[in-house]
Amino acid sequence: MKVSLTVNGKPMSGEVEGRTLLSTFLRETLSLTGTHIGCDTSQCGACTVHVDGAQVKSCTVFALDVQGSSVTTIEGMANTDGSLGRIQQAFQDHHGLQCGFCTPGMVMASAALLAVNPTPTEAEVRHHLEGNICRCTGYHNIVKAVMAASDAIPAE
Amino acid sequence: MQNFDFVKPASVAEAVAALGTSGAQALSGGQTLIGSMKQNLAAPAVLVSLTGIAALKGVSVSGGVMSIGAATPHAEVAKASGFPGLSSLAGGIGDPAVRARGTIGGSLANNDPAACYPSAVLACGATVVTNRREIAADDYFQGMFTTALEDGEIITAVRFPIPERAAYAKFEQPASRFSLTGVFVAKYGAKVRVAVTGASNDGVFRWTDGEDALQASYDPAAVKGLKVSPDGLIADLHGTPAYRANLVAVMTARAVAAS
Ligand SMILES: Cc1cc2nc3c(=O)[nH]c(=O)nc-3n(C[C@H](O)[C@H](O)[C@H](O)COP(=O)(O)OP(=O)(O)OC[C@H]3O[C@@H](n4cnc5c(N)ncnc54)[C@H](O)[C@@H]3O)c2cc1C
Ligand code: FES
Ligand code: FES
Repeated sequence: MKVSLTVNGKPMSGEVEGRTLLSTFLRETLSLTGTHIGCDTSQCGACTVHVDGAQVKSCTVFALDVQGSSVTTIEGMANTDGSLGRIQQAFQDHHGLQCGFCTPGMVMASAALLAVNPTPTEAEVRHHLEGNICRCTGYHNIVKAVMAASDAIPAE
Repeated sequence: MQNFDFVKPASVAEAVAALGTSGAQALSGGQTLIGSMKQNLAAPAVLVSLTGIAALKGVSVSGGVMSIGAATPHAEVAKASGFPGLSSLAGGIGDPAVRARGTIGGSLANNDPAACYPSAVLACGATVVTNRREIAADDYFQGMFTTALEDGEIITAVRFPIPERAAYAKFEQPASRFSLTGVFVAKYGAKVRVAVTGASNDGVFRWTDGEDALQASYDPAAVKGLKVSPDGLIADLHGTPAYRANLVAVMTARAVAAS
């Protein structure tokens, strides 16, 4: 069956089976390998993307179930000139990553939080990132990065 | 994962018809079912997505009753106004991604012994509405992963009479964030109902000794020192039956304090 989505603002489509996960479609059909697969069991959050603005684990959504949706992946987070987006830059500035495996999911989860709560408290950031696991950083620098990015985003 | 035919009907009638085909199963948020399918614990031949049915989505309040469409995600219940105890329960399920997809209908159909919603449904004496009938909470839950639902029957909505005071207190299993023991307390005038999830091998249950004590005095201190029998409670690496038995009274007191 054919699935058509808007991915990072561009219309994209491809052939899938019923069982094709959104993560598989993004990585294998569209070659958008920034979305990482850590656990494939809904635990780690490395595969986090946005579907119509909502944060989802793309390993736990069938591609056909989000037919017609607008999907944003980590590849859509850079500025139009290719430089790092605000949250990405904050992760670099505050050493919010070591191996970088969890980072795409962390950035997508943080972006979903900041979109609805541009000035979160540190506790709100930690609560929001509960579904994203990092084996390297110990989380403190990730939280620092998100707080820094939140200051930088003007309240709407 | 075994392959299947995927259908996404726009109405309950079409969904029910599709579920009549051999090997068909309903898919709501997929936050439980997709994991089971990856492990081949479920292998439907036809998957019928309920997420495209507008009639199954949304929260409304009227005449002291909150009605929630079966395919309404937890995140939407968390944002709803009119029943703060239930919104706070929904806002504490899993993590933001699970709340964006997972639904009340899927949670109740699955009836995981550690799931949060069953405690609210039982404590409030809510009504589970299906495409065939209305089921009272007291008749709906029939033990771990077992419900009154028949083959091909789907939940369409859940109706909660809104309590005067209510709260959910969950002692989280920190890795999964499911309840190690969770208690929902609901007070309607002189009547108090207490429902416990996460603790029993039989799934959600009412703690009637706690209800009697709270009906005599609606105060956290009323359940202090009340003993719960560990017989039939869950034993796993996270806690013994005695540990969970103690948590029942502790979490009830916390729920009363928060209500
Ligand atoms: C990391 C993680 C953490 C979680 N933490 C918690 C937690 O803290 N507390 C908690 O309560 N839950 C938790 N969950 C479970 C989550 O709430 C699920 O959303 C829920 O159990 C299932 O809902 P669903 O909509 O995803 O259903 P699905 O996975 O789509 O379906 C589950 C089952 O219900 C059936 N079904 C679905 N909808 C209907 C319907 N309308 N009528 C009849 N049958 C139907 C399906 O056929 C399937 O058998 C967690 C899940 C994950 C992945
Ligand atoms: S890969 Fe999806 S949650 Fe880990
Ligand atoms: S930076 Fe290595 S897992 Fe987070």
